[in-house]
Amino acid sequence: MCGIVGLFIKNQALEPQLGSLVSKMLGTMCERGPDSAGFAVYGTPSKGKSKITLQSPEPTSFQGLPERIKKELGVATDLTVKSSHAVLTLASDKLETVRDWLRTNVPQIRIMGAGEAIEIYKEVGYPTDVANRFELSKMTGSHAIGHTRMATESAVTTLGAHPFSTGPDQCLVHNGSLSNHASLRRELARDGIRFETENDTEVAAAYITWRMKQGLNLGDALRGTIDDLDGFFNFVVGTKNGFGVVRDPIACKPAVMAETDDYVAFGSEYRALVNLPDIDKAHVWEPEPATVYFWER
Amino acid sequence: MRTIDLSKSSLRELNEDLHRQNSGANESSWEILNPRGAHAVAVGIDAPISINVKGSVGYYCAGMNKQAAVTVHGSAGPGVAENMMSGRVVIKGDASQYAGATGRGGLLVIEGNASSRCGISMKGIDIVVKGNIGHMSAFMAQSGHLVVCGDAGDALGDSIYEAKLFVRGSVKSLGSDCLEKEMRPEHHETLTKLLKDAGLNGVKSNEFKRYGSARKLYNFNIDNADAY
Repeated sequence: MCGIVGLFIKNQALEPQLGSLVSKMLGTMCERGPDSAGFAVYGTPSKGKSKITLQSPEPTSFQGLPERIKKELGVATDLTVKSSHAVLTLASDKLETVRDWLRTNVPQIRIMGAGEAIEIYKEVGYPTDVANRFELSKMTGSHAIGHTRMATESAVTTLGAHPFSTGPDQCLVHNGSLSNHASLRRELARDGIRFETENDTEVAAAYITWRMKQGLNLGDALRGTIDDLDGFFNFVVGTKNGFGVVRDPIACKPAVMAETDDYVAFGSEYRALVNLPDIDKAHVWEPEPATVYFWER
Repeated sequence: MRTIDLSKSSLRELNEDLHRQNSGANESSWEILNPRGAHAVAVGIDAPISINVKGSVGYYCAGMNKQAAVTVHGSAGPGVAENMMSGRVVIKGDASQYAGATGRGGLLVIEGNASSRCGISMKGIDIVVKGNIGHMSAFMAQSGHLVVCGDAGDALGDSIYEAKLFVRGSVKSLGSDCLEKEMRPEHHETLTKLLKDAGLNGVKSNEFKRYGSARKLYNFNIDNADAY
């Protein structure tokens, strides 16, 4: 089944409330996906800095990480630990070096995503517990996407939870299931795209990253999914400054959107939107099948 | 009038209360506040009572309705009035997918737009949509009437049996075994009555085209294999 929520803020005055609004939205979608949950939050980027979100089942493995990185790579980093996740902040030009080093030297630590704005948190567990564990309600920023998962295509694990991030500041959540993910994964892997899981949604995320690497904008990359992905899907996608939505042509999976001068919101059901400010005055509609919606700022 | 505030009492209490009503019900007028997208609001009623839902509802509102008049002053999620038997359900806003699915009787009026699969497998219900309907509407529709004052999406009436479809605007495409049919006097009469019942007095039956079954797919015929 799965539940999706997303909020893209147009009026900066609402940015301090991003986490609390999305936390309430996510809480309404627990029944749609009680096995695991996750969210990506796009905070305000600081110039020249990037963030890598790390996850480890054993949080002690984060201990002494900045010191080791400083000693072995000579790169200064800041580490903020939040339960099983941690955010490593560093100079943007050192991002690739440090990420490669992490993969080789601390393989027990998983990399959830990286970029100038994005932080990603996801875990197995009841969605409200996951949101509380990472203090989603206190987070601020320009946009956020959340997901509650009822697994079908791969196991209930931390890495199988959404969002999936396959490119800098990119993330994707999915309600549905894809049929051609195995063959597409092989094609993308041949083109050098790296996969962490056997999950179908990761292939969709990687597909969009691959298309955007080819120079397509978010809208055109999303349009490609309609022809190239086979299966059921509602995708909600975030980029550093963008927010996109697409549904497959059959459009079985539920979706409702709301827009005001202040925000654009997505929910698997209207229940997810009822706590948003001025929802009674919002333009509320069901996104059309095989139609791309995206906003950038 | 009974007023039930769903921010104070539970959905189960509401529906149990509604199920206690019968044909001799004294409390004939009900108002439901703060539905906030809840599922299964006012389902399974079997009494000649009238219910006003003040706000938008989630899945399956007024499902299996018998006799009651349910009005939603907002939009409805998937499966509104699913398997309705009789009575009248009015949605002031839009309806999501499969509105009126499998309905056996009564009248469903959607004053906004309906989404995909409106009237799928309908079996006697009458559905009047003031706006547009989405793709695969009236799929395998067996009997009853679907009236669309706006446009219809792709594959209207795919594999349709004996339901009658009336569309005022454009039809993006017709499904397998569905074709345009002539509007005879009895169709004008039926349609005029349905429009009147739905409160659409300004709309004329001669603005509509009728669609129905070509009756080629009723039984398996190898010559039609491509159409299955």
